Amino acid sequence: MFVVVDYCKGNLRSVQKGLERAGCDARVSASPADINNAEAIVLPGVGSFTDASETMCASGQMDAIRSRVADGVPFLGICLGLQLLFDWGDEGAPAGSRSEGLGVLPGHCRRIDALDAAGRAHKVPHVGWNQVRFSHTLREGLSAGDHAGQGAALLLAGIEDGSNFYFTHSYQCVPAQEADICATTDHATGFPSVVARGSAFGVQFHPEKSSHKGLMVLQNFVNLARRM
Amino acid sequence: MLTKRVIPCLDVMDGRVVKGINFVNLRDAGDPVELAAAYDAAGADEVVFLDITATHEGRATTIKMAAHASEELRIPYTVGGGFRDLEGIRTMIAAGADKVSLNSAAVRDPALITAAAALFGTQAILCAVDAKRASGGRDKWTVYLNGGRIDTGMDAVGWAAEAARRGAGEILLTSMDRDGSKDGFDLALTRAAARTVDIPVIASGGVGVLEHFAEGIMEGEADAVLAASVFHFGELSVRQVKEYLASCGIPVRLD
Repeated sequence: MFVVVDYCKGNLRSVQKGLERAGCDARVSASPADINNAEAIVLPGVGSFTDASETMCASGQMDAIRSRVADGVPFLGICLGLQLLFDWGDEGAPAGSRSEGLGVLPGHCRRIDALDAAGRAHKVPHVGWNQVRFSHTLREGLSAGDHAGQGAALLLAGIEDGSNFYFTHSYQCVPAQEADICATTDHATGFPSVVARGSAFGVQFHPEKSSHKGLMVLQNFVNLARRM
Repeated sequence: MLTKRVIPCLDVMDGRVVKGINFVNLRDAGDPVELAAAYDAAGADEVVFLDITATHEGRATTIKMAAHASEELRIPYTVGGGFRDLEGIRTMIAAGADKVSLNSAAVRDPALITAAAALFGTQAILCAVDAKRASGGRDKWTVYLNGGRIDTGMDAVGWAAEAARRGAGEILLTSMDRDGSKDGFDLALTRAAARTVDIPVIASGGVGVLEHFAEGIMEGEADAVLAASVFHFGELSVRQVKEYLASCGIPVRLD
């Protein structure tokens, strides 16, 4: 059973439906017990980092996910779910403080820059369809042994470099390790749009809202989760 | 680079799609979810359902429609119209809408934008601004309510900026002068708003031919273009519009 983690901030039906279309039995659940029994875990993106972090810590979801990911259970974080893979974020936190993430990947999350390197203004939130560009890590993926790229190459199988996906977010991740970045997207100073390490994956876009290409990513996740 | 979005809008009454010509003489153009799914397949970047139902029973039908849409659509969709309070917004988002579009309710109580954005995130809250050029005034527009019947006297661009400050994630800007006219967007209005607010502006009202879409983006500086009747009645297809925009050098999603 695939578990879509519900931290009670919104409707998760489209994520569940996307996984069902990919041919898996997906249950939306807030229960750490379900997470403990899951064949794979999907953490969707709804609300702010601090809200999600507090709800997940209080419910026991945070510890359950950490322990399963450490055991190598396939994990996909979507949008905020990608951001929660990192050590900390400050969205929604009182000024000067930080909220804890899963800490699966080293790094943090911050607001998207409003200006690019040339000083041109970019709109935040970053809303709409933008291109996902494969990183060196991903391109080298299949020859890079068990590095991040290999799993991500499976996650993005059949997707051409530069394909468009649907984004809607004001925050981005800042990975401490370049090797965890599998794809990037240009907006303001740019940001990682696909990250991976071992069996843990994160996509900043919404595959469940990215038409046929998005469904292909969910299908790839289901396929690779079953092989792991 | 972020692509420019093409957004078909479906006016919905009692669960059916209609489109007014200057908000009267409604014509029936079919089942909203079926039509939206066809737009999804044709490459639409999002769809907007605008609920013009007045009755309580009609509203329940719209909530059912939103839930049905979350089963069938693989792209984001917005439901606009008929919101009065946070509870109504919560119900629509719980039914599956990615975004809600607030209009009169936000004008009457601007704090609703702040509260809704805090609860559901700025990405979920659109502010719809229906603007009409002030008589005699060049490049000055005021905000209208109730489908163009009430002039609030508020400066439309100033209101869009306040909505953005309060946490709206996007502005859906409709020219009441152009809506249904097929004369093209009010480009001066669109540009004035796009240059003033730092969130995306969706241009709406007046599209009749392909060139109007490109003008909205190139001259109006809009982030997205919205149209209804040209799509519903098959005068233009979404793909045709996107291919035309691409031929003008505008980045669009064609894959």
